[in-house]
Amino acid sequence: MKTLLNEQQIEIIIKRLGHQVLENHVDLKDTVLIGIQPRGIFVSDQLVRELRSLLPGQQVNYGKLDITFFRDDIAKGIHIPNHTEIPFSIENKNVVLIDDVLYTGRTIRAAMDALNSFGRPAKVELCILIDRRFSRQLPIQPDYVGRAIDSIVSQKVKVYWKERDNRQEVVLLEH
Amino acid sequence: MPEMQLSVKHLLGIRDLTPQDIKIILDTAVQFKDVLQRRIKKVPSLQDITVVNLFYENSTRTRISFELAEKRLSADIINFSASASSVTKGETLLDTVNNILSMKVDMVVMRHSATGAPHFLAKHIPAAIINAGDGINEHPTQALLDAFSIREKFGTLEGKKIAIIGDIMHSRVALSNIYLLKKMGAEVMVAGPPTLIPKYLKEAFDVQVEYNLKKALQWCDVANVLRIQLERQNQVLFSSLREYSLAYGINKALLDSLDKEIVIMHPGPINRGVELDSDAADSRQSIILQQVENGVAVRMAALYLLAGGREVNN
Repeated sequence: MKTLLNEQQIEIIIKRLGHQVLENHVDLKDTVLIGIQPRGIFVSDQLVRELRSLLPGQQVNYGKLDITFFRDDIAKGIHIPNHTEIPFSIENKNVVLIDDVLYTGRTIRAAMDALNSFGRPAKVELCILIDRRFSRQLPIQPDYVGRAIDSIVSQKVKVYWKERDNRQEVVLLEH
Repeated sequence: MPEMQLSVKHLLGIRDLTPQDIKIILDTAVQFKDVLQRRIKKVPSLQDITVVNLFYENSTRTRISFELAEKRLSADIINFSASASSVTKGETLLDTVNNILSMKVDMVVMRHSATGAPHFLAKHIPAAIINAGDGINEHPTQALLDAFSIREKFGTLEGKKIAIIGDIMHSRVALSNIYLLKKMGAEVMVAGPPTLIPKYLKEAFDVQVEYNLKKALQWCDVANVLRIQLERQNQVLFSSLREYSLAYGINKALLDSLDKEIVIMHPGPINRGVELDSDAADSRQSIILQQVENGVAVRMAALYLLAGGREVNN
């Protein structure tokens, strides 16, 4: 087991990602943030908290998207669905999708399909805490990257969150 | 992401389900109900699945509800009703189904007037089967949607008092409801004329039996009122519909005379003026139309959960 990011590094990275999102979208007037259930929510909660502190008094539209019913591997097994909560229109908005680890790209493919049920966004971007490079199975790339790592298929990236695990770090597990 | 699996490959009856199975189905249905509020009320989950709806007995609500659930899940559908098919030429159930299956069908939703028909099929064919009502045995998706509606109203089933009122003897809805509610920790009472309540019920299921309608209503949180099944009465069990209605019909005046506000449910179709008067059926206390709405979400959950993981199972 190898620690890739410790608690402090995660906090700094999320602050940076917040600034990078603002750099591209200025005041977030036409931009909404959507975390992908279940694990992307830990990143998006912190990122949105950061953005709200950077834009006091400004409305930051933040939703949560569950992609379970849009997966391409239902025949292989059923996953527990989580709650989707998008209490605003995404029609013609810039959507920033947020997840913890980008690996094969299949989750993001499903998320883009799921988004269509809520409207037609002007643009969709992807914000990722950990990018496992060279492991994509679909042509999907992130726009905002916390940390890019090189890993092999047999390794596993695990993210621990304070709210759930009482510690906050990203580790690489060998199998 | 955590995976889950029902303990059954078919949904033949609530009898075969564990409390955990029931919880998984109801929890999944909550998310499908959310899908049904979206602008695009459709998900691609079952786009590689073909379902045949095999209805050997008439149905409006259940058939439409299943069909809509299948369409919302992007499944391909074949609708079959016995009256317009080769069944009238004498083809057996197994032959009919095998012929349909040879056209590569993955799931069968089936209603049949014979008790045990879907269980028989499950033994002989590889497709997943959902029982949409078999004779006087079970109607599992109705019980699941009833439970979903009660849980939605009260937040839980545990400890809730449910009175099932009317023709218990001929009702597959009653039997499925009793199985489900007992498994989930609700208190169950059956009420109706003694001739329509099977004698062994109390001992077999640990349910209360009440012959006085007002006492039953006074006791319960929810009254699930059943339809008097005129088509299944082959002997005279009560003297007339008018007499039944006088003793067991529920109207607004009766509901107002109780010292609490109970919830009224009915699986439909209602015999208005017999078991339920319009002023009660259409009152604020009635959640009958919510039941219908919830039916689609619950059936989506059942279809989705049975379709998943089939590559592993096979």
